[in-house]
Amino acid sequence: MYTFRPILVKLVPKVRLSILGWAGAGMVALTVFLAIFAPLLTPYDPTKAVGPSLQPPCWEYPLGTNKIGQDMWSRIVYGARTILIVVLLSTVISMLIGVPLGLISGYAGGLLDRILSMIMDAIYAFPSLILAIAMAAALGPGILNTAISIAIVYVPTYFRMVRGQTLSIKEQLYVEAARAIGANHTTILISYIFPNVISIITVVFTLSVADVVLTEAALSFFGLSVPAPTPDWGFDLKAGHPYLLSGYWWLVTFPGLMIMILAVGFTFIGESVAEYFQAREVRT
Amino acid sequence: MTSLKVFVIARLLLVIPTILLLVSLVFFIMRVMPGDPVIAIVGMKAPPERILELRKALGLVDESGNPIPLPIQYFNYLANLFRGDFGRSLIWGKRPVLVEIMEHLPATIELAMAGFLVSIILGVTLGTIGGWKGGKMSSAVKIYSAITYALFIPWIGMMLQLLFAVWLKVLPVGGRIDPGLEPPMITGLYLLDSILTGRWDSFVSALRHIILPSLTLGLVISGVFSRVARTSVEEIMRQDFVIAARARGIPEHRLVVHILRNAFIPIMTGAILTETTFSWPGMGTFLFERIEYRDYTTVQGTVVFFAIIISVINLVVDILYAYIDPRIRY
Repeated sequence: MYTFRPILVKLVPKVRLSILGWAGAGMVALTVFLAIFAPLLTPYDPTKAVGPSLQPPCWEYPLGTNKIGQDMWSRIVYGARTILIVVLLSTVISMLIGVPLGLISGYAGGLLDRILSMIMDAIYAFPSLILAIAMAAALGPGILNTAISIAIVYVPTYFRMVRGQTLSIKEQLYVEAARAIGANHTTILISYIFPNVISIITVVFTLSVADVVLTEAALSFFGLSVPAPTPDWGFDLKAGHPYLLSGYWWLVTFPGLMIMILAVGFTFIGESVAEYFQAREVRT
Repeated sequence: MTSLKVFVIARLLLVIPTILLLVSLVFFIMRVMPGDPVIAIVGMKAPPERILELRKALGLVDESGNPIPLPIQYFNYLANLFRGDFGRSLIWGKRPVLVEIMEHLPATIELAMAGFLVSIILGVTLGTIGGWKGGKMSSAVKIYSAITYALFIPWIGMMLQLLFAVWLKVLPVGGRIDPGLEPPMITGLYLLDSILTGRWDSFVSALRHIILPSLTLGLVISGVFSRVARTSVEEIMRQDFVIAARARGIPEHRLVVHILRNAFIPIMTGAILTETTFSWPGMGTFLFERIEYRDYTTVQGTVVFFAIIISVINLVVDILYAYIDPRIRY
């Protein structure tokens, strides 16, 4: 298992990625690159009509234009920003709720632990997409609202792992030693237990982030994410769908491809990280 | 009492707070809506009578128009659910939500079953090949399983539509059956009903319509099976074949329950996305359509329905688990 060091904080656990993991990292890096350098990579405003309607890919519009004449290439590049911001924001929210609750629940035990665990288990058992849809339908469109809707779904994932880890760490000798020298509960939680759950948080993050990407894409496919005309891959996929029958293939092919690249990339990283930790567990 | 009986009773009792928690969660979610839900539904310029009528329909005000306090709203909501009253739709015929759900459920069950079948055939075949051949083949199947987890259903569906319906023109692009060919209602599953009534034209039409959606759903779920199949075949290959497998007890049964649990939720959420992509008239399309019309009572009722289904399925799976594996007891 993981080495327990009470004081030293290591934000990213030392992980050696496999070839698959590096391939995944490359795919994610591509999306991040598009998001960061969007203004330099795009000739047009993604929210404005800049060309003829439904123009197939050509020199001027590399990925074609949609019904209202927006440039698909610009929308895809800026769409990377939307999805990455939502993913990042929702992950931070899930962590901010799930991690402290997991720490407190695992450390305190008793009735509080039972109640919290039961609520989290109930949410965990619920199909995540349906929960996110209900939440997003209630909150309405917007980046923050979408992030909150997705975050709620993943709070139990963080909670369960952190709680489990806390349960085993609090029995460790150095925690007992800290208690013996008079450290109070807050100190023990923050400086003795929390540093040792960080690596598990990273693992949970890498394993769930692909799912977060797909949930965001699904919400925006349902029209429940950011409002138009914000560029968003899932929304563009939905908007292009009616034109598929008439053979306008470029409207759906490229946004969907980008969703897949990002999700597969994160999955490969997660797979690689999980494999690394499993191999370490077997060895020690 | 045997410990199995104790387990079953304890588990049955646990399902009550779980369902209560989930329906409360849904109630809470639907009430945190910022702003006035009624204005969101009908718009700012709606006549006051219409607004009052909707407030009554949503259970926000009583008959004389006085606001009902939140705890009482919550209590009424639970009491209605307990009586099997999921509320009435806010639009069109204002029909009971439960009736509408029941109309759309068979289509979803049919799609889920077909998708399940495709995923088992695909997954077990690939997984067995991977586990049996080992080496590069095993890694390839491993990557396949990983990729299927990350497939975005609507996109896969659209690519299949583009290939088979738009370019090759061999399969229909969406829907469940050609209009007018619906078989007489027995189970609500078109494929089964058309066989039972001997309507072969209906059967062929229904089959042609279900191919692309079930392929989409099956492809995405197949990763669950290819993963399990690969690892178990690899395990068997390492052992002294049959004797060792038998000596381990009845792994086949345990495996089946295990797989069911792992595949059920992905199939359900997968079905929702598949349905909206292929205009398949099931629960997913229904939910999607009512979200667009802001039919909140129906959305809430459908989500609650899902919550109850999930709790019951989990209950059944847990009891099956305990029945098969004597180690799981309280």
